[in-house]
Amino acid sequence: MEHYLNLLIKSIFVENVIFAFFLGMCSFLAVSKKVKTAFGLGLAVIFVMILTTPLNYLILRYMLGEGALAWAHPSLATVDLTFLAFILFISTIAGAVQLVEMVVEKFAPTLYNSLGIFLPLITVNCSILGASLFMQEREYNFAETAVFSIGAGTGFFLAIVLLAAIRERLRYSNIPEPLQGLGIAMIITGLMGLAFLSFSGIQL
Amino acid sequence: MSVETTPAPDIRKKEALFSKKNIRTLRDPLDDNNPITVQVLGICSALAVTVQVKPAIIMALGVIFVTAFSNLIIALIRDSIPSRIRMIVQLIVVALLVTIVDQLLKAYMFDVSKKLSVFVGLIITNCIVMGRLEAFAMSQKPWPAFLDGIGNGLGYGIILVVVAVFREIFGSGALLGYKIVPQWAYDMGYVNNGLMVLPPAALFLIGVYIWWQRSRNKKLVNVS
Repeated sequence: MEHYLNLLIKSIFVENVIFAFFLGMCSFLAVSKKVKTAFGLGLAVIFVMILTTPLNYLILRYMLGEGALAWAHPSLATVDLTFLAFILFISTIAGAVQLVEMVVEKFAPTLYNSLGIFLPLITVNCSILGASLFMQEREYNFAETAVFSIGAGTGFFLAIVLLAAIRERLRYSNIPEPLQGLGIAMIITGLMGLAFLSFSGIQL
Repeated sequence: MSVETTPAPDIRKKEALFSKKNIRTLRDPLDDNNPITVQVLGICSALAVTVQVKPAIIMALGVIFVTAFSNLIIALIRDSIPSRIRMIVQLIVVALLVTIVDQLLKAYMFDVSKKLSVFVGLIITNCIVMGRLEAFAMSQKPWPAFLDGIGNGLGYGIILVVVAVFREIFGSGALLGYKIVPQWAYDMGYVNNGLMVLPPAALFLIGVYIWWQRSRNKKLVNVS
């Protein structure tokens, strides 16, 4: 149990997808002008992340990995399809996002209206694919994958809401003209990253 | 900024062959319409691979290859893609090209491939690739689309290499693995800047680069 709690804390704070790996920076910078929209995107990312990363784990474990197809037929035990991982991962994500979009539209129209435009954007959010690739590289088991996906999604949510709050305040400050907008957002993200570095080494 | 001037002679040599519009397609993304600092695309993978110059160059080459050929392929088949599923078609094409890059790196440059880790795979979701496919390749002929891909890949590569040069010189006193800062400097008390090897340094450097670029070129101010 402690191991999983540790992994959760680590993936939210210590190895935050934004501040430690810069995953999902595009939407992070583009959608962080208002706290409300940032909140919506953050929630959608958590949701899609929790859905796709364990799904990709199952695909990797039972279809792609070395000997993974042994359950289908003994003669397939030596087949290694790992090189297909990128194509299948991204298809899963694109498919899942489309499915989520349709389900949300049908059963929760209010939520759909607040998230609507961000849902298709999530397909190309690096943090989603990044989580699946980290899961593959670090060889997590299923439970670890589930915990990691919750942590990574929450980390993204936390980061984007924090930056949006700061940028709302920045509008009233006197910044040199060429630095306004993107430039200052970059530097502030860097400063926030430095602050998040102080979490490193935390163990439960 | 010597890095920035390197592609120039190449372009001038070809100018006779290419129409003026095509040249602009190729050159604009290098500075005025740079994918990272102006279009705000593809920052995701740009920052994490810039601790050293060598992985940054390899990464840039990979991205140039993927943007150029995905633009070309999509522009070739653009009329037969149903618009409802174009996203998935584009992603499959990109994923195919990235798989090629990844397998080549694993076969011939295993150490670099280990260093880049998941970031090769993340070229798939690199917003530059998707952004250019949507904005350019879906509505243009194959040849300009190909040039646009090369130009945007190069524009991405320039930022990557500039940031990596600063980070490697100040962070580890070396360039491409060769020691730049002499030993006597260390003996006199010079210390490598530890901040430069940490992730936030890349953000500061890009922030400053944007500041410099926009104060030099006023029409870029308040683009985003």
